[in-house]
Amino acid sequence: MLKTPPQRVEPPLARQEPGPRGRRSLPWTSLFIIAAMVFVALFAPLLTPHSPIDQSLPNKLRPPFWQEGGTLTYPLGTDTFGRDIFTRLCYGARVSLLVAACALLVGGGVGLVIGILAGYLGGRVDSLLMRLVDAALAFPTILFALLLAVTMGQGLRTLVIAVSLILWARFARVIRGEVLALKTRDFIALATVHGCSHLRIMAVHILPNVLNTFVILLTLHVGVVILAEASLSFLGAGIPPPMPSWGLMVAEGRGKIASAWWISLLPGIAITLVVLAFNLFGDWLRDRLDPKLRQL
Amino acid sequence: MSQAPLLEVRDLHTYLFPRRGVIRAVDGVSFTLHRGETLGLVGESGCGKTMTALSLLRLVPQPVARIVKGEIWLEGEDLLQKSEREMRRIRGRKIAMILQDPQTSLNPVLTVGTQLIEALALQGREASSRLVARAVELLQRVRVADAARRLRHYPHQLSGGMKQRVVGAIAMAGNPQVLIADEPTTALDVTIQLQYLNLLKELQAQTAMALLFITHDFGVVAHTCDRVAVMYAGRIVESGPVRAVFNRPAHPYTQALIAAVPSLDEPVERLDTIEGQPPAPEAFPAGCRFHPRCPYAEPRCHQDYPPTLPVADGHTAACWRLAAP
Repeated sequence: MLKTPPQRVEPPLARQEPGPRGRRSLPWTSLFIIAAMVFVALFAPLLTPHSPIDQSLPNKLRPPFWQEGGTLTYPLGTDTFGRDIFTRLCYGARVSLLVAACALLVGGGVGLVIGILAGYLGGRVDSLLMRLVDAALAFPTILFALLLAVTMGQGLRTLVIAVSLILWARFARVIRGEVLALKTRDFIALATVHGCSHLRIMAVHILPNVLNTFVILLTLHVGVVILAEASLSFLGAGIPPPMPSWGLMVAEGRGKIASAWWISLLPGIAITLVVLAFNLFGDWLRDRLDPKLRQL
Repeated sequence: MSQAPLLEVRDLHTYLFPRRGVIRAVDGVSFTLHRGETLGLVGESGCGKTMTALSLLRLVPQPVARIVKGEIWLEGEDLLQKSEREMRRIRGRKIAMILQDPQTSLNPVLTVGTQLIEALALQGREASSRLVARAVELLQRVRVADAARRLRHYPHQLSGGMKQRVVGAIAMAGNPQVLIADEPTTALDVTIQLQYLNLLKELQAQTAMALLFITHDFGVVAHTCDRVAVMYAGRIVESGPVRAVFNRPAHPYTQALIAAVPSLDEPVERLDTIEGQPPAPEAFPAGCRFHPRCPYAEPRCHQDYPPTLPVADGHTAACWRLAAP
């Protein structure tokens, strides 16, 4: 009897090798959540007829519309002062984005400059700046923010300063590492050979090379900032009431969590979704722009 | 060549000071370079070639390295007496440099055009409206085809040879009088190497600049250089016109180096090498630094460093065997 040799079936090549991580398709869910948040923040006054601040005591503690006693006038219910939760969420997004933008600009910018200086100049400047970074990272930030709120008073400015203080050190450390690696590359040496000043080398040759990392750091830290803002507002060191802020809203509802869960839970969900979306987007961007992957 | 040399290095000492000890990377190097001339600086890795070149630009890696002694005369001025600010005006305009690896010699995130224009603007000789035209001109001079389009390209879009041409164009931006080429062809394909060497010679013929060619490749020296200086353990052991040094090497080290180049004419069973290792730079042997590897070593080679003695016209070597016994 003739025996046919067992046929060996090669698995298709595409199956064997997973595609490089960098080729992952766009994180649509994250982008959608981020876009929705930006949209809501920009057009808050057009999206809702209510005011985020004005109280309406007869309508207080209304549940969301799908619950018994809820109406579509207040789709996500009202808080203890009868303010519409949906409206406050929309305006709260404004605060979160504003704080995130300002803090990232200030803290990230300072970190970028310090990282470049420390990495490029090296030596004593580097030691000094990096010890400052160590100190900043070891400092209990929340405590410091509370202190700031007491001495400077609550408000956007205090919040931005407090959050920037967390950020700059993280940025500086990562950027410094990048610059250290860049500094040994020949084109930096050649720039010196051709008569470039140190300042010019930092601005023309180093800066564009770390912008990539800087952008990734920015996106990865949006979540951190929003969370920090919420935490500080929750503790009362952030945005002063009655301005709506997600962290503040969670704090306001925590006494009624058993009877009116929506006051705390809905802004909590908003925080979670947005932070998660920014983190996922940041991860994706890092994979996408990582120079080690890009060279493949 | 009777006129005064363009560049004269006298008794240059550049030492490295690591945590402990001293590394005498460049230890008493002297040479001259005339306008339009090409000098080859040859030697093994770590013999101090690159440190010599960096010393000329006063760009030794601080604070580890320091030029401890010597004079570097360029057009009647001692570069070692210049302030850092004055040096910055000399770099690029008077002395330029090309490095070994074209892959890392260009900034990866800037276009070729941006980098060329940056180099031109730095020299400050051109009106800003003329910069783009000058950049195109420079690229054409280094024989980059389709120069105007290349300006918009990023380094990763160019081949290795093309990149090294761009590096050359950037170096030429300041119309330097001295061009230091530190193994510029080592990282290139063999087929491209010759093209690039010819290009450098061509640029030299156009501008009458002096070329200081650092290499370990005797073939490259023979092709490009007028004179050659052989370095060993921080010192120049032999120098002279290329022909003379090749035909009648006087120093045992040069002889061994030339013997180590495999011949294409005869079948080679085993490649010749020089016995032993170059001395560790933190502990040079007393006397002639080559004596542990030298087949002709005599007792006095162990004690005193040999003086630099004439072999023929313009050809000198530092070896006791040339001295009268």
